[in-house]
Amino acid sequence: MLGSIIASGLAAGAIYALVGITYNTMFSTSRVMSFTAGQLAMLGGVFGSLFMLKMGMPTLVGFALTLIACAIIGVITEFVAVRPVLKSLEQHLYVLSTLALALMIQQVTAIKWGTEPQPFPRIVGLGTGVWDEKFWLPVVACGLTILGLEYLYRRTLVGHAFMAIAEDNFAARALGLPERNLRVASYALAGVIGGVAGFAGGELMLAFFANGALLNFYGFVPVALGGLGNNRGALIGGLALGLFQQAANFLVGGIFSSVAVFAIFIIVLLAAPSGLFGSATARRV
Amino acid sequence: MTAIADIPTSRETTTRHSVLPALLPFLGVFVLAMILPFVSNDYWALIGTRAAIYWVLVAGLNLVVGFAGHLAIGYVALLTLGAYTTSVLAAGNVLPPVPIYGALIIASCVGAVFGVIVGLPAMRLRTFYFAMTTLGFATIVTQIALAWQSVTGGGIGIVGPEFSAPFNTPWGFYYLCIGFAAVATWLSANIAYSRFGRALIAIRDADVAAEATGISKPKLLVSIFLLAGAMAAFAGGLFASLQTYITPDAFTFDLSVLFFIAILIGGRGSILGPMLGTIILTILPEIAAPLAAWSTFLYAVLLLLIVLVMPGGIAALLDFKSRRPLASNRAIVPRIAGLSEVLRKTATTKTLTLREVVLTFGNVRAIDGLDLDVKPGQIHGLIGPNGSGKTTTLNVISGYYAAKGGTITLGDDALPPGMPELRAGKGIARTFQTPRVIGEASVLENVMVGGTIEGEATFAEALLSLPRHHRDERKLTAQARAMLGVVGLEALADVRADRLQHSELRFIEIARALMLQPDFLLLDEPAAGLSSDEITRLGALIKAISRRGTGVLLVEHHADLIFDICDQVTVLNLGKILAAGTPAEIRVHKEVVSAYLGG
Repeated sequence: MLGSIIASGLAAGAIYALVGITYNTMFSTSRVMSFTAGQLAMLGGVFGSLFMLKMGMPTLVGFALTLIACAIIGVITEFVAVRPVLKSLEQHLYVLSTLALALMIQQVTAIKWGTEPQPFPRIVGLGTGVWDEKFWLPVVACGLTILGLEYLYRRTLVGHAFMAIAEDNFAARALGLPERNLRVASYALAGVIGGVAGFAGGELMLAFFANGALLNFYGFVPVALGGLGNNRGALIGGLALGLFQQAANFLVGGIFSSVAVFAIFIIVLLAAPSGLFGSATARRV
Repeated sequence: MTAIADIPTSRETTTRHSVLPALLPFLGVFVLAMILPFVSNDYWALIGTRAAIYWVLVAGLNLVVGFAGHLAIGYVALLTLGAYTTSVLAAGNVLPPVPIYGALIIASCVGAVFGVIVGLPAMRLRTFYFAMTTLGFATIVTQIALAWQSVTGGGIGIVGPEFSAPFNTPWGFYYLCIGFAAVATWLSANIAYSRFGRALIAIRDADVAAEATGISKPKLLVSIFLLAGAMAAFAGGLFASLQTYITPDAFTFDLSVLFFIAILIGGRGSILGPMLGTIILTILPEIAAPLAAWSTFLYAVLLLLIVLVMPGGIAALLDFKSRRPLASNRAIVPRIAGLSEVLRKTATTKTLTLREVVLTFGNVRAIDGLDLDVKPGQIHGLIGPNGSGKTTTLNVISGYYAAKGGTITLGDDALPPGMPELRAGKGIARTFQTPRVIGEASVLENVMVGGTIEGEATFAEALLSLPRHHRDERKLTAQARAMLGVVGLEALADVRADRLQHSELRFIEIARALMLQPDFLLLDEPAAGLSSDEITRLGALIKAISRRGTGVLLVEHHADLIFDICDQVTVLNLGKILAAGTPAEIRVHKEVVSAYLGG
């Protein structure tokens, strides 16, 4: 039992962490928490199943197409829901615009893809029991994504530019960085990360339209735990959340585990509003 | 679909002349709702009932979303909670059966409690977190309804409660729900047009100023979440009865979206708008049957369009009054003689004293050992170059920053560091460097916000529109109008504040601060952006205020104004006192002249 708790906990946790990183990636260049993060992960599963099972494409082609499709959705998010409201003084408008887009994505998926969960193909075909690929695949995907992001942010010019914009938008623009293009790029990147989360977690969660709303919440919990924009916090928070949730699930049942996750979420928000790894907020007066 | 026969009693005293036009649309909807049974069939009874039930929930949610500005996107969870609580209690599958009305009341109490729990993060955190909490709550409530089979029947569901005659026919139940909807409208209107409703808008649009007027955000929000949660759960009980049989599938997130969007389409700070929004969104999928499957998509498109194109919603479309142009050659002419009638003579002999106050930001000592005495009836000028710590000093006194060292005392009482919402109760009022007014509220309402803590009626009294609440409203309105007369803005009392000029906003802030009948008034650059005529009048006004016994602390850059009206002047430089004394002494002080005034 311990084995299956750890296996399923780490797998779910890795998916949550990836969705959290999707949130963070969009947040870093635009200061916008977008409700499309969970939907991107949902689409990763749906597109994967569509391309590989329905259309019979080879795994690699299906994977590449899935990521491209998700990246396009990410860019659409920026154009439709983020750019028009960034100019506005009303800070909360992005909540509404991204929620609207997320609902559209969900509804179109529900109608075009169906409201029943549909199977996701096996990708590698390695492992059984707790070593089944549906458990280790998300963990590996999460690890590779983190390494890739670290490389991007630390070693490449584009990554440095991302960091500069996340640090101080105005200063970065004054230095002549193409802020708008970088923002679009970061939304495409967020789309790819969300797509990876959904694709790698496809066998665990299936290709199901309602995953979007679920992942929106469970992916946000690590962000709240770790602090906005903090990827390391999201990783730790995500894995902790997954393990905790699965342990509660196995030990005391589903009702308690959802209640416990929600209670912890509220308590952390009240006790450490800027997250366990976050920094204090700015002054108001 | 509903109207409120009682609204006149709640508002006639405050806005007697404008009650009837404001009430007509509600009456119209009510009359239409009443004649619906005679012109249609049982199918429309179902839709009408549904709209009425949704409105019971939306009327409460409107106070959270439209007035307090908190984006509660998962309120379907409270509907679910209320539906299951009522059904389980009435069916008696866990406890002995409870009569349906009892079950509804218990469900409302449960809903109220959960309304507050879900709302807890909203007390401290940004909008997005609250949106997420309600979304998360909606997610887990559905999961629990599915998993807790012994109580909720899981996916199979449970029988909804049944009303006894005469409410057990479709039209009987319809009239019952219309009745509840009317009561819901009445309750929410009572709060919306009370000092609590104004305070809600204040914390939404000008939270810093709201704190300075003594509005306690957590306390107010808890009251509102209790009310909205109770109404949502009550609506849930009715919904379960309408459905006759409930399963978790009945409570899709689409419903939440409907509630939420109804309010946004309707417009913030309005009751009529969201009511029309609720009716339209309930009927829309019915009259366009092919669209039914796409209804959520449609709602989402509507939401995006509203956000991008029409942020004011229906209410803004119907607001013809705010489109009439204002006179362009307005002058602010304070009527200082009237001050003695509205500002009671302050009896305080206490001095506001700062000793050795230190405030640091990291390694920067923004205030470095400041001593300051503001005496009643005197005007104390605080001047100095930019960054010398003038505004910071005001912020420390009014509690936005907690001093790292030193004491601030009022007479013999030490003022607690931080806690800005306690300053108003101590008789300290202030204005802000950038005027912080509520753009969407009228000038009169902005000023009335200043007197929020003067009201005596409790939230419950305001909710039920009891006599003490009316006394409060009458008093606040009369006082605010008089105060506007004193600062010279009474002609603009009913205009939306965001249509005013910058200089007028400064005088609104002063009127709002005076509503507290303050012992001490802190003014942060009140003359910035004013014409020279206006500055002269402002000077006379400040002087008159101080002659009523109020101690004034004036931060200003206009040296002429300072030397004209101040009794004492303190000059700051880099957080330290450069000089202090009478205006005559300061004017010839060598260092002040070379560092700040210029020779």
